Amino acid sequence: MGSIADSTVQALTLLFGGDPDLWEIIGISFKVSLTAIALATPLAVGIAFLLAFGRFPGRRLLITVFNTLLSFPAVVVGLTFYILLSRQGPLGDWQLLFTQPAMVMGQMALALPILVAMGHSSLQATDRRAWETARTLGAGRLRSMLTLMREARFGLFAALLAGFGRIIAEVGASMMLGGNILHYTRNIPTAIALETSKGEFAQGIALGLVLLVMAFALNGLLQIVQGKGRPVA
Amino acid sequence: MIGKGRMFLNRALLGLVLLVLNASALAEFDRTQIVRLATTTSTENSGLLDELLPRFEAASGYRVHVIAVGTGKALRMGRDGDVDLVLVHAPAAEQRFVDRGFGEQRLPVMFNDFVLVGPHTDPAGLAQAADAADAMARISASRTVFVSRGDDSGTYKKERSLWKQADVIPEGAWYREAGQGMGKVLQMADEMDAYTLTDRGTWLAYRDKSRLKVTFEGDEGLFNPYSIIEVNAVRYPELNHRGAQALIAWIRGTEGQEAIAAYRKSGEQLFTPSAGILAKR
Repeated sequence: MGSIADSTVQALTLLFGGDPDLWEIIGISFKVSLTAIALATPLAVGIAFLLAFGRFPGRRLLITVFNTLLSFPAVVVGLTFYILLSRQGPLGDWQLLFTQPAMVMGQMALALPILVAMGHSSLQATDRRAWETARTLGAGRLRSMLTLMREARFGLFAALLAGFGRIIAEVGASMMLGGNILHYTRNIPTAIALETSKGEFAQGIALGLVLLVMAFALNGLLQIVQGKGRPVA
Repeated sequence: MIGKGRMFLNRALLGLVLLVLNASALAEFDRTQIVRLATTTSTENSGLLDELLPRFEAASGYRVHVIAVGTGKALRMGRDGDVDLVLVHAPAAEQRFVDRGFGEQRLPVMFNDFVLVGPHTDPAGLAQAADAADAMARISASRTVFVSRGDDSGTYKKERSLWKQADVIPEGAWYREAGQGMGKVLQMADEMDAYTLTDRGTWLAYRDKSRLKVTFEGDEGLFNPYSIIEVNAVRYPELNHRGAQALIAWIRGTEGQEAIAAYRKSGEQLFTPSAGILAKR
């Protein structure tokens, strides 16, 4: 066990000492996952609004579908996009397999159900009259949506963090779609998988701690941003 | 409240635009400068490619993207045109790959050999085995646990052919198919006090972490040749064939072959170059 403590100290030294290789892996992780969440969020918010306030046939079915997708294994998401993006697949001409954009696509697909399901339930919890009042007061659709989003901001933030938490820590889809290519598609989770398969358990743990530290920093930052609003909604 | 909402919107939009710009930058790379190599976990985990590829990159200006999987999956990637070339070790499967028109020529790069590793006490008595097939027969006869890769890798294909030679159909509680890479399987065999078949390169890389020992080695039947194959240029003209050819020429040329011969792990040579160029000089 001493070796784990040692290499954790070593990993943290590398982290804060600015080791270029480690920071590159961290950079790839965050670049890909932040891009994925940024692209998925507007789409998810739109769907969540539709599910919360829209009236159309099949709405409840759609809600059930998104809730079910929460249980979709990352590996299957990876496999689905792999088949789509492979040169033999329908999107093969894009030549995206084993690239960062492929990873972004997979992670978007993973984050979307969480963002929609949690976003929907927090929007659902807002007072429907707020929407109607905003509309009656002459606010446009977009502005009314923003009003409601402010109302539900704590729930929406939680959705954002949960979605990001899933994709930043996810191995299956990243491994399959990115291919764990050094300097390009190797992110923290696939690096952990590689170290583990090489029997470098301590390195794997250390990388896991790095991920935790980075996630803590990001969450802390968001907490500060969020804290600017009044705590009581 | 609505004013605040607008500020929120503006900020959110700005953040989004920045991130999307970042995303478009992701797609920006020059495909002609990148060579995609699908290879086996044994070449990657042994550390050989980390030694070779930076030299090739410096010499040629290409960047090599390595995707390390089992031989079966690597050949599948080649067949589907998802990589430019493959470096693998399963002669029969390689020949089929070329015969069916998925690959260009099959060219020898290097070889090492397989070894049977197992518990220190050698409960199946492999030390007395006459040849590799006999060793396998002894394992099955003693019902000592054997961990199989079970994953369509080159090592797995080799293992299956050895069982066939030994006239054994491996099944039962003693035969465990792991479905994992070589390193994982060595760890599992270690935990279970089991035998397993491994390439020597990976074994040398793991030896210091393992309680197992080599129980049988040196038989002709355990020869493990590695070949490099460019994916068919007619079938997939859009692949980076110039890059693939440059890598093949380099790895089979003097510099690559000498680097393979010079690569040591804890003092032992892992691979022997076999392109023929070193012997000719």
